[in-house]
Amino acid sequence: MLNTFFMILQRDVKLALRRRSEIFTVLFFFIIVVSLFPLGIGFDEKMLQGIAPGVAWIAALLASMLALERLFEADYADGTLEQMLLAPQPLSVLVFAKITAHWLLTGLPLVLVAPVVGLLYHLEAETVGVMMFMLLLGTPILSMIGAIGAALTLGLRGGGVLISLLILPLYLPVLVYGSGAVYESALQSGNIEPHTLLLSAFLLLSLIFAPWATAAALKISLE
Amino acid sequence: MSLSVSNLQCTRGDYPLFSGLSFQLEPQQLLFLQGQNGSGKTTLIRTLCGLFLADKGDICWQDKKIQTQLETYRAALFYLGHFNAIKGDLTALENLQFNHDLSGQHADEEAVLDALEKMGLFGYEDVPTRQLSQGQKRRVALARLILNQSPLWILDEPFVALDAAAVELLQTIISKKISTGGMAILTTHQVVPLTKGKVQHLNLDDYKVQI
Repeated sequence: MLNTFFMILQRDVKLALRRRSEIFTVLFFFIIVVSLFPLGIGFDEKMLQGIAPGVAWIAALLASMLALERLFEADYADGTLEQMLLAPQPLSVLVFAKITAHWLLTGLPLVLVAPVVGLLYHLEAETVGVMMFMLLLGTPILSMIGAIGAALTLGLRGGGVLISLLILPLYLPVLVYGSGAVYESALQSGNIEPHTLLLSAFLLLSLIFAPWATAAALKISLE
Repeated sequence: MSLSVSNLQCTRGDYPLFSGLSFQLEPQQLLFLQGQNGSGKTTLIRTLCGLFLADKGDICWQDKKIQTQLETYRAALFYLGHFNAIKGDLTALENLQFNHDLSGQHADEEAVLDALEKMGLFGYEDVPTRQLSQGQKRRVALARLILNQSPLWILDEPFVALDAAAVELLQTIISKKISTGGMAILTTHQVVPLTKGKVQHLNLDDYKVQI
């Protein structure tokens, strides 16, 4: 079972590295959205520090949205997904491997590029650290929940828009607690423990339920 | 080891396709599915794989319903549909290795290379498959048959896009599978030469539901 997990993970990463444009699309989208705000609103230091957490998180949500549509699309179109459904291993394990690969390729780069946000918005080093940590906790949740939406809208016309409508409301807790912690650290007391705990709880919950729900949705989409 | 289907009925959309379908498949037997376009061949095949739920009737593998033993059944099943399940960005070797491993079986690189060579893809092992022709891609997909040890093969139009030599090769592979105790279900318009007694024909037009 573990073998199959790593086999799929390895294949998805290999495929993405051979077609790098998809990774960079997400990354540059994030950077561009984040850098548009100071240009549009102004360079006042206090104000930028105030909006930085929200902007960074909303940009992250939208960027991760961008890549979701392609999560199962290629495998669906060429029949690989059908073969995965017929593999003797549980589908949720295979799906979990795909989601993990998706996070490594689209979520992790956002975490790593977060210091750029810090530079643009005059954030303290400590706040940048908090932001990276919260993104590290939050982006896997985005991939997990997003996978359910991607599976449900698989093969539908205009699926991309539908995913956004289905998934963005479910992203709300991540947005609230993720940006809340960064805001606390930037402008308030700096006590981020409640946010961290709540986001960790969400992460665990999505780790348990998302692969299973995604697998169920895929079975319906392929029928 | 046997596959038995009793009183199967399938509906696609609002249209009932066939009903009252029954057959039994034993080792060393081949089943040909025939029928007009739209008679439900692919639906039946997908139902037999457990991808699609039938309205009525049972599909039993070794006298147990497949729904109660999906993992065992899937380990015993090899399915190849209209799609090749091949990634254009991966090489023929990587594609075959991955697809074979996915079915829960393992072959070392030598065996995989050997299979590709038998399918006439010698020299193309390390070429990304997007550079191959339609027929060559189909050959990469079909090379899995050489490696696959599953007792039951379900193939939907396996001969499509193949040239005469490849058709002959595939016929040999399937015949060999049957004679070594395997079972196969095919939909095709070609005839695989096998000894008469082992081949069953099933025409879906006979089970058509009159609307």
